[in-house]
Amino acid sequence: MSRNLILAAGAALAVCIGGSALTLAQNAAQPGGASLRPASSFASIPNQRDRSVALFTEMGKVLTSPRCMNCHPATERPRQGDLRKLHEPVVVRGKDGHGAAGLHCATCHGKQNYDPAGVPGDGHWALAPASMAWEGKTVGQICEQLKDQNRNGSRDLAALVKHVTTDTLVLWGWNPGKGRTPAPGTPAEFGALMQAWADSGAACPAP
Amino acid sequence: MVSLKVNGTTHTVDVDDDTPLLWAIRDNIGLTGTKFGCGVAQCGACTVFIDGQALRSCVTPVSAVGTSEITTIEGLAGKEADAVQAAWVARDVPQCGYCQSGQVMSAIALLKENKKPTDRDIDLAMNGNLCRCATYVRIRAAIHDAARALEI
Repeated sequence: MSRNLILAAGAALAVCIGGSALTLAQNAAQPGGASLRPASSFASIPNQRDRSVALFTEMGKVLTSPRCMNCHPATERPRQGDLRKLHEPVVVRGKDGHGAAGLHCATCHGKQNYDPAGVPGDGHWALAPASMAWEGKTVGQICEQLKDQNRNGSRDLAALVKHVTTDTLVLWGWNPGKGRTPAPGTPAEFGALMQAWADSGAACPAP
Repeated sequence: MVSLKVNGTTHTVDVDDDTPLLWAIRDNIGLTGTKFGCGVAQCGACTVFIDGQALRSCVTPVSAVGTSEITTIEGLAGKEADAVQAAWVARDVPQCGYCQSGQVMSAIALLKENKKPTDRDIDLAMNGNLCRCATYVRIRAAIHDAARALEI
């Protein structure tokens, strides 16, 4: 029992220290992430296809970050943290991406990050469908997959841009809470890159 | 002050918004059947229901509960709860017992969703509930027993 008291005291201290960091503006990124080149800086590439490929390659820094990749796994089990360890406890995608019967994502993941316990959250915490598995793929392969309406949730390019700029779980990647490095850049910078990529023909890097 | 509806009764508790629901349940409301194990959603001892769905109360701030109904081990009722209780007694499942209220909550949550779980279904639902006495084999058998009892 004394061990539990010590744990309880430690948790109480964590609440005091961490409890104030719960709310961050949704469109700003929490500090600590890598930067992204602005979309405008690619205008100097004269060939449109080359420019489009370069824009997607820059977007790849976000897509392959742990914040995105951990929940786009090749298997049915997500990973967690900057080190991309397998999720503990063992959890699976389940029928609808929200976990197994009796152990849904929402059993532990609330509507917001809960930094006192280090548990991230969002209103629809979920695993990406298996058709959107990115793990183990090159940026070029992810690009082709992202454009493929048979695998991307029937989204055209405009819907893709809207998805990455408005979906709260995507935006979470830039505000992942204490102990997790945010995705590179800001949501606005990423959205601008994707828009410029779409506008330049949505070309993909070599697979 | 935060208003919480627990086991059908509304309680007003004087805690900060980011206080874990578990603390309010145990320390303020005085329902100690729900246990503190790890405090970081790794062990399952603190499992309660929120509007009938399993929830780790140690990582849920009271501010996130709103008007939802919380059910703790003390407030369980219904055929799945009866079946699980009977199966737990018949199999003499607990050893030290500390994790068992969480195990029971998760088992009931599973049976509400899946009337005939396989071994794998049970493992996937119960993976988040640790038992230091390793009563896992009896837990799995008792869930099968309860599922069979619910078929009748």
